[in-house]
Amino acid sequence: MSVDRPVLLSARGLGRRYAGVSALRGVDLDIRGGEVLAIVGENGAGKSTLLRLLSGVVAPSEGSLQVADASAGIALVHQELNLAENLDVAGNIFLGREPRTAGFLNLRAMHGDARRWLATVGLYIDPATPCGALPIAHRQLVEIAKALSANARILILDEPTSSLTAPEVERLLAIMADLRARGTAVVFVSHHLDEVLRIADRVVVLRDGAVTGTLARGDFDRSTLERLMVGRDLAPAARRAASASADPARARNSTADAPAADSARHPTIRLRADAVVTRHHRRRAVSLQVRAGEVVGLAGLVGSGRTELLESIAGIVPHGGRVCLDGGAVAAGAVARTRAGIALVPEDRARNGILADEPVSTNVSLAWIDRHSHRGRIDAPGERTLVRSVVDRVLLRPADPARTVRTLSGGNQQKTVLGRWIAVQPAVLLLDEPTRGVDVGARAEIHAEVRRLADAGAAVLFASSELEEVLMLADRVLVMHDGGIAGELALHEATEEAIMHLATGGAA
Amino acid sequence: MKKNLGILGILLAVCVVASIFGDNFLTGYNLQNLTQRSALFGILALGASVVIVTGGIDLSIGSVVCLAGISVPWLLVEHEWSPWAVVPAVLAGSALIGLFHGLLITRLRLQPFLVTLCGLLLYRGIARWMTGDQSQGFQGEFDSVRALALARFPVGLEAYSVPATVIPLVLLAAALAVFLRRTVWGRWLLATGRNESAARYSGIPTDRLVTGAYVACSLFAGLGGMLFIFDIGSAQPSDFGNFYELYAIAAAVLGGCSLRGGEASVVGVLLGAATLQVLRTAIILLGLSSQLEFAVIGAVLLVGVSADELVRRLRERRAERAAAP
Repeated sequence: MSVDRPVLLSARGLGRRYAGVSALRGVDLDIRGGEVLAIVGENGAGKSTLLRLLSGVVAPSEGSLQVADASAGIALVHQELNLAENLDVAGNIFLGREPRTAGFLNLRAMHGDARRWLATVGLYIDPATPCGALPIAHRQLVEIAKALSANARILILDEPTSSLTAPEVERLLAIMADLRARGTAVVFVSHHLDEVLRIADRVVVLRDGAVTGTLARGDFDRSTLERLMVGRDLAPAARRAASASADPARARNSTADAPAADSARHPTIRLRADAVVTRHHRRRAVSLQVRAGEVVGLAGLVGSGRTELLESIAGIVPHGGRVCLDGGAVAAGAVARTRAGIALVPEDRARNGILADEPVSTNVSLAWIDRHSHRGRIDAPGERTLVRSVVDRVLLRPADPARTVRTLSGGNQQKTVLGRWIAVQPAVLLLDEPTRGVDVGARAEIHAEVRRLADAGAAVLFASSELEEVLMLADRVLVMHDGGIAGELALHEATEEAIMHLATGGAA
Repeated sequence: MKKNLGILGILLAVCVVASIFGDNFLTGYNLQNLTQRSALFGILALGASVVIVTGGIDLSIGSVVCLAGISVPWLLVEHEWSPWAVVPAVLAGSALIGLFHGLLITRLRLQPFLVTLCGLLLYRGIARWMTGDQSQGFQGEFDSVRALALARFPVGLEAYSVPATVIPLVLLAAALAVFLRRTVWGRWLLATGRNESAARYSGIPTDRLVTGAYVACSLFAGLGGMLFIFDIGSAQPSDFGNFYELYAIAAAVLGGCSLRGGEASVVGVLLGAATLQVLRTAIILLGLSSQLEFAVIGAVLLVGVSADELVRRLRERRAERAAAP
């Protein structure tokens, strides 16, 4: 069926090496107009490399790329959005191509055209809005409008839905379908197979830098894709995640007296937040408690205040109210909170998590070194032993403590940040989107490690936009809405419908 | 390590050229003089590198050198303080200047460039006003205190003795090297320079570390200023220490410190400081116009950092090719 669509770009034997290590090899691929092509694969499989090659950001080390029509633009919309936050929407859309009259900016034409292009992506906002003031979903649409205005026939989206809420995802998928109907080639990477199954006309599956399958619509379903991505049936990984929380009482359909059993099993209240008021939601006070050994999920839409709450508890940002650990109030500030045993795995690991140019070892031992120093002197042999054991425990790949963190895949970078806290065995572990941009295999391993820390007595509170993750990992779910806690759901009550009801402001 | 070899190569090359084409380069007097100046500027450069490691900058070093240096004879001669009071007072004052910078940068979140640029103007102005813009000197007295910079230790060579300033330099360099490589706070300082936000999220007291770095830098500059004035005997408040911050920063960069922060090598910084002083001497000995001094130093610095970048890229590419099947 896709044969009669025009081929816009074709790759033959395409490959790329970084510092001698092959990131991608032998890719044969045709990109056709009027088609949505999905690229799936685990982290480190070579998806980002393939996108960079296709969009011309990096040159191939081997093979060739043929463009059918030189005027057909190719645009890449990054996972990290690349808008100038200080410029307005129109300024961003026409950056470098501003309409001019006698050398001066023609603002009237610019805003008019911008409004037209925004309409093609279903965004009806004032083009004079500064981009820094837009929510992520809108910024992404602005980027797409920008690409279209530059005559892009091939639109490449790198994990476009990773930061979007469910309704925003729906809108994006509709826009992708609309672009397809107008003859644009849409290429996208996603970790969400549901989206792929719904919209993709063809799927390219990558594993370890090579294509393991190119399937047309009708030839792929979830289990086929998972098998091609992982190279084995996913069941073992899933079982591992389940066995790590080997506790029969955690079974999904436990009885109605589960909450009582819950508190019986986790007797001590380890973390308590008393009327915590964050900067962004000054009129809402949040109170919550997490018992030792308990994993509590924090669900809610983007902007509901989950990150602010976690960062307040961790002492990163100032807040009102009290944070107590084992019954005693902990002083303000990240230094005091961390020393007391409250640890946060932040959402944005590149900015707030890793030291990208340092080796794994320095990253992992960062919080550990002062707790095991001799009058300020680093215990070097102890550090080596510690790093070795953490690297083995989190199944870091490659298991090389000397490896620079920048060269690791997203999942392994996340394991490095988690490893930093595993090293100090925190009393309270806070995680903000613990598996964003992490592949299926690494996700199960990270979940298992979180559960292990809880089993060792830690109180775990994690925020996730993925309901699936919340339901899989949490013993109890708190749903946030507009800066406050909209409701609490015990394990047996927590369904996707119940969570979404509370998250969207429905009555508890 | 390889970076250090590179800068050592430049240092030796300049020495070889200077000794071949300049008559008096390899004389004991000149080498002794070079050691003295390298040690003095080395102390300033070590201070600058501590701040550069955090990703910051200190432009006030030269003015702190001036204010601290000028204060010594001013307090001793004009105000007849005891040397036992002057030395600690000047060092404490320098540390306070650093604390002032550090607090403005970490509490008010002002940019280091701005804060220390204002410092550059401020301390120079204070020094000139305080002394009525008059030259300050020891007037032939206080030789016992000046011995801190003027003493010479024979090492069995006829024409060459080791100047006393080498002692504080070696002590400070060793302490700094141990601090950066072996202590928790040193590791945290490097981590803060790499990614301040990630360090903060890991519970590292980044504000205290950064403040401490500015205190150390100004303290080193104050100590340097004292040793400079002990060495030269008298100085004009209007030009003493002019551009010294640039020598210090240039030495640190030549020695492998990245202005982005997170990278430093104590040995590299010392070699960088020495290279700049040898260059300055070589310009004079080779009969070049001394007005060319800044141009030559600027050119060498540019060539040095460009070569470093090119070698790095070449090595990356070669590694890539070597690993290809």
